[in-house]
Amino acid sequence: MSRWLPRIYLMLVYALLYVPILVLIIYSFNDSRTGYRWGGWSLRWYQALFDNHAMVQAMWNSLWLALAAATVSTVIGGLTALALHRYQFRGKQALRGMLFVVMMSPEIVLAISLLAMFLVVGLQLGFVSLLLAHVTFCLPFVVITVMARLSGLDERLLEAARDLGAGEFTTVRTILVPVMMPALLAGWLLAFTLSLDDVVVSTFVSGPSYEILPLRIYSMVRVGLKPEVNALGSLLLVFSLAMLVLSQFILMRNKR
Amino acid sequence: MNQTLLSLRGISKHYGGRAVLKALDLDILDGEFLTLLGPSGCGKTTLLRLLAGFERPDSGTLTLSGQDITSIPPERRPLNTVFQQYALFPHLTVAGNVAYGLRMEKRPEAEIAQRVTEALAMVQLAELAERKPHQLSGGQQQRVAIARAVIKRPKLLLLDEPLSALDYKLRRQMQIELKRLQRELGITFVFVTHDQEEALSMSDRVVVLRDGEVQQLGTPREVYERPTNLFTARFVGETNLFPATVKAINGDRIALDVRGLSRDLRKPTFQVSVGEQVNVLLRPEDIRVLAADADYGFAGTVIERNYKGSTLDSLIRLEDGNEVLASEFFDEDDPAFDYSLGEQVRVSWVDGWEWMLPVANGDAAGALDG
Repeated sequence: MSRWLPRIYLMLVYALLYVPILVLIIYSFNDSRTGYRWGGWSLRWYQALFDNHAMVQAMWNSLWLALAAATVSTVIGGLTALALHRYQFRGKQALRGMLFVVMMSPEIVLAISLLAMFLVVGLQLGFVSLLLAHVTFCLPFVVITVMARLSGLDERLLEAARDLGAGEFTTVRTILVPVMMPALLAGWLLAFTLSLDDVVVSTFVSGPSYEILPLRIYSMVRVGLKPEVNALGSLLLVFSLAMLVLSQFILMRNKR
Repeated sequence: MNQTLLSLRGISKHYGGRAVLKALDLDILDGEFLTLLGPSGCGKTTLLRLLAGFERPDSGTLTLSGQDITSIPPERRPLNTVFQQYALFPHLTVAGNVAYGLRMEKRPEAEIAQRVTEALAMVQLAELAERKPHQLSGGQQQRVAIARAVIKRPKLLLLDEPLSALDYKLRRQMQIELKRLQRELGITFVFVTHDQEEALSMSDRVVVLRDGEVQQLGTPREVYERPTNLFTARFVGETNLFPATVKAINGDRIALDVRGLSRDLRKPTFQVSVGEQVNVLLRPEDIRVLAADADYGFAGTVIERNYKGSTLDSLIRLEDGNEVLASEFFDEDDPAFDYSLGEQVRVSWVDGWEWMLPVANGDAAGALDG
């Protein structure tokens, strides 16, 4: 009995985590029109999904946005982490603290303040406003990921490079960036995922010219759960898993 | 050999108000193996970093072969460093690490390949060229670090406690190998260590540092046998100290009262006057342990004995409470040679094997331990 109790408990926890996902995947292959009854296997909702041009367009929009947001925040975040790690300057602690403020503050606050700012400067809501907003909330995550790697960096590596004749810039290019690469990739993937499934901030700062997937799904669900959403969810899951495996693979290969 | 390669004049360095190096003067000779020896915090690593260019002195000049290099950055100094924890580039292979310096010089790839092969052959790592540093053992990483540092044929190689991470046996082996490399390459080595045994066995000259000041500069033999002060004496090896009073001076001999016993010894090189205190220093291997019924020497009791393989080390407490460490070689004629704890003995030494130092202000007993 005492041996089984922990196992049953563990199974319950995992069931709670995975059963909904499993249900989603199974029902994405459900032939029935109503979401609750099983009507046999079918790929019709995948078909319907790809026939829905607005949906496919939203998917592409989301991917492009996530790609751009992840890349921009990795470049800015990588350099920020480098500056915070390498150099001593006035206000360094404040700058570091402010990153955490952005990370910890409620998303809704960030969303409202971004919207207010975009309205003040008169920016048309669309791709640019979304990109700026996504870079804003992705940035702290990238900085923290990269800084964690840098804090474990042996300073002597950089001294060794200079000792062997490399100038400041060459040292960064040939030693620092390669050593930071796994963290940069991890930060990029994190930013990509964050951007891809953001709803709250995006709701506020997107405009009719650029519809993205999470908002599209959200509006679909509001008028009733369509089985297409199950198919879309399953595809996103497979995509996320692929990204996860990829990132783990990269980290494993670059270990040490 | 005897030409000055690098000379330091009045080098000082402060960290947060604390003087790490105090107006240090030093001449490093071309082709020599020079060791900077001292306890941690003596400034030896700072001195090495100043030579490499990672630190700038607060004042003073560094002159390399007549050229002032004080403000030249590390990447443009013709000297290279072997770092304490090796600092191998983790993302590059062994060959990539070794080639790095030549790549920075933008040498043609064919030349790089050839010189890397030579350098790896020199440290006996030719077959591991494509490995990554984390796939190597500590000793192998050490060799890569050395190959990487010597491939640019520097005038001077700086080694920052390069053997401290290795186990005893490997360390002995690397000591011999480093000496061989230094002979073969003809490069001047500046070697930092806190291990006096390593310093004595490897160096042509030893610089003993303490609190940012040179205590003594000399050959290992000079430093060990003729230390200029108590600090050096104690740092480079075990020392027995006998305080003594000068009773009389007769030509080149002086009569001393050593703990109540009279000894007639050679006059030291420094000035002495009658009634003055001097310290008589003896290394444990210069101590002679005699039977209790001997008619001279200090009476005492054996309170500890350590079998060291080739020697027997014994600690003897004298009647006045002071302790003397004696290290005696085993005598083949007397295989049973040993002491029992509590055994009564007498302690003496052969005339002329002692070394005398004046009693200086800072030499209060106990103040210089460690």
